[in-house]
Amino acid sequence: MPHALAIATTFSDLWNPNGLWIVLTACATNCACALVGCYLVLRRMSLMGDALSHAVLPGLAVAFIFSGAYDIGPLMIGAVAAGLLSTFLIQTLHQYARVPSDASMGVVFTGLFALGVVLIKKGIPPGVHFDMACVYQGTLDYTPLYTVELLGREVPRAFAITGGVFLLNVAVVSALWKELKLSAFDPALATTMGFSATLLHYLLMALVAVTAVASFEAVGSILVVAMLIIPPATAHLLADRLASMMFISLLVAIAAAILGYILSTVFDTNIAGMITVAAAGLFGLAVLFAPQHGVVSALARNLGVSLRVVREDLLAMLYRVEELGSPRRLAAAEAQAAVGGGWLARLSLSNLLRDGRIARSGDRLDLTPAGREAARQLVRSHRLWETYLVKNLGLPLDHVHEPAHRIEHFIGDDIREQLQQELDATATDPHGREIPE
Amino acid sequence: MTGLSLSDKVTIGAALLGGAAGVAGTFAVLRRRSLVGDMLAHASLPGVCIAFAITGSRDLLGLSIGALVSGLLAIGLMTLVVRWTRTKEDAAIGIMLSGFFGLGIVLLSVVTRSSLGGGSAGLSSYIFGEPGNMVDSDLYTLVGVGLGVLLLVLLFYKEFKLVSFDHEFAKSQGWPTLALDLAMMTAVALVTIIGLPIVGVILMAAMIILPGATARMWTNRFNVLLILAGVIGATTGAVGVRFSSGLPTGPTIVLTGAALFVASILFAPEQGVVARVWNETRLRFRVAREHLLRSLYELNEPNFPRLAPTTFQQLLAHRYAQPWMLRWLVDQSENRGLVAVRGDQVTLTPLGFRRAAEATRTHRMWEIYMMEFAGSAPDHVDRSADAVEHLLPESLLLELEARLAREGRLPAIATEVPASPHDLASEGNSS
Repeated sequence: MPHALAIATTFSDLWNPNGLWIVLTACATNCACALVGCYLVLRRMSLMGDALSHAVLPGLAVAFIFSGAYDIGPLMIGAVAAGLLSTFLIQTLHQYARVPSDASMGVVFTGLFALGVVLIKKGIPPGVHFDMACVYQGTLDYTPLYTVELLGREVPRAFAITGGVFLLNVAVVSALWKELKLSAFDPALATTMGFSATLLHYLLMALVAVTAVASFEAVGSILVVAMLIIPPATAHLLADRLASMMFISLLVAIAAAILGYILSTVFDTNIAGMITVAAAGLFGLAVLFAPQHGVVSALARNLGVSLRVVREDLLAMLYRVEELGSPRRLAAAEAQAAVGGGWLARLSLSNLLRDGRIARSGDRLDLTPAGREAARQLVRSHRLWETYLVKNLGLPLDHVHEPAHRIEHFIGDDIREQLQQELDATATDPHGREIPE
Repeated sequence: MTGLSLSDKVTIGAALLGGAAGVAGTFAVLRRRSLVGDMLAHASLPGVCIAFAITGSRDLLGLSIGALVSGLLAIGLMTLVVRWTRTKEDAAIGIMLSGFFGLGIVLLSVVTRSSLGGGSAGLSSYIFGEPGNMVDSDLYTLVGVGLGVLLLVLLFYKEFKLVSFDHEFAKSQGWPTLALDLAMMTAVALVTIIGLPIVGVILMAAMIILPGATARMWTNRFNVLLILAGVIGATTGAVGVRFSSGLPTGPTIVLTGAALFVASILFAPEQGVVARVWNETRLRFRVAREHLLRSLYELNEPNFPRLAPTTFQQLLAHRYAQPWMLRWLVDQSENRGLVAVRGDQVTLTPLGFRRAAEATRTHRMWEIYMMEFAGSAPDHVDRSADAVEHLLPESLLLELEARLAREGRLPAIATEVPASPHDLASEGNSS
């Protein structure tokens, strides 16, 4: 049981200070990203997260070259400047040079990234720590090694920074909750109501840039992009209100951090990569199993409706056979073939038999009283609708069966009542058959 | 084998890659899928690692097949997620991009650890690009992919053209748009994956987008666009490599492309910013000149047929707010022989008078038209005529003239100017 052992050691690892700090830093980063990411996902600008987290590189490089040190202050200023510049360039290229918005995004961020790489290679003297690979992968493993003093305690520098940015994001989001919400869902309305959607857009982009830069050092750009997009997108599948979406995205972010750390320890691989994979896995679960918007529940809903339609078709058919007055009854195989056959028909029939709506004697299907009542209502809906189509819409006789056949399953008591009143107590349908009470 | 020096090989390779990426990328740009190249580039990493783990070699072909498979898997998953859930395309692209890349990083660290020595060192070139590693077989692969893309474009030229410009129409005409889209994206994927070890993940996305976007500024024709994108891509690659002494090659190529792009945005003949601003400015000048002429005409109208000089003061009171602007306009008009200036006295020349009469006539005919046929109030027509008088085409004027003549609203001699339909004083000093 090597894995069980590994997991056991992992849990003991989690509770040692180093592991704890790594997880806490990852949590702070993920939460900071997820918070602003919600707006990006809702505004369908997720890729701005990708673009900005690359485009801030020249800002970082310039700040680094000028300040000559790895201080967070100048880096932040450089990042915000580069973030705002690239936001401006993307907008301007799109609006004034008529470049499609996706192409303008791609051109700007790759161009700025290339510029950043060149600046770093040329401007930063060799031997100074500015590793390109760590821009991608981050150095989460080394987080506990660099510490600062905070409130009288030694905490990792990366945690202090990302935690601070998380608090900043919380502050901005709660201060501008209404405004950001409105501009996320209806920028035009926000503008007409007097807060500039453009200004909010730039504010949001500056926040994204700051978050990206703060997270770079700890987790690398790839995790920044992942955390800006994946937890909010996951939450979007699970919630319909902004507040609950944000809350769930924070939970997903934390879960991804913990899960990713455990997995990376078990398989002894890159932590940031594994956190990304964990987040993507959570998204996959949400895609499949989200109660409202998941694939499985959608399939189940569709299956439920299909089954109901086939069941009702079976009942209505048996009713019509009874109505003919002949003693002959359908056999199970005939009935199934008549409603399209296949497993759907078999399943529907066995459902009806189990529920006591149809009784089987030998190879002969009979409606039970309960089944007959249900079938009567259906046939009534069908014939009322046919009558309505002919009388009120003037459709020809041979055009009304198909639509009535389809809609009969969705006509409830109240619509039946309305149809009845509209048609003034008609007793027969246009084909001359009785409309059952 | 080819007997080329490394730098020549790199130059030729970059040019080939740029050309192929330019042609294939044009489709991505036209179909608004520019960032799919970015996603593909990122999503290929796990495939590269798995292929390396299976084959145990850094052979370009094996790794590329792995990259292609995982890239296409990402595209497929993205399409499914967009189709089946409420997640939108942008978020789906971002999720696949980062999720696959994260998996790639994880696999990379596993592969690097488990392979002995430096066998897998070159794998990280899939992230950052390593043009210096180019060998002869890479060149042959590039030639092959380039020819493949070219063949694909030649075979499906008409279909690609239709799908690129009017997807809905193509669909309604019964073309297999999904398959055609896939074919285009496969071309993009092929080029992306071949280019990855040369320029790296991010910059490959740029190679896909830049040439197409640049060429789009210069032409509206599909065939020209494709050829131009190929040429621009190839030039970017070759020139970028030549510039890159002492600089990292991939970024230099991209910056070269970006410089070309910026130059095209600014200086392209029709769609360039400079050309557009220049055309707009010329139109503004023409409008201002015509307004000046009309002012002169209307100020002189009571004294016709005598043409008296008009003072700057009168003109200022009539229409213009800023004296320097008026001065400049008058000078311009003088250079064109439309007015004669003596001191601050401005007189229409015979040529200027003819132009002024034309401008006034157009203006008033539009005013009459608006009042007669569109039912506008007399005090509403002056401004709208101001805006439209400069743009009325000759054919429309002739038609207006015919209609007004039928209605008996036009003076018998067609060159004469009809009387203003509203009180001229109302024009006042309002602009």
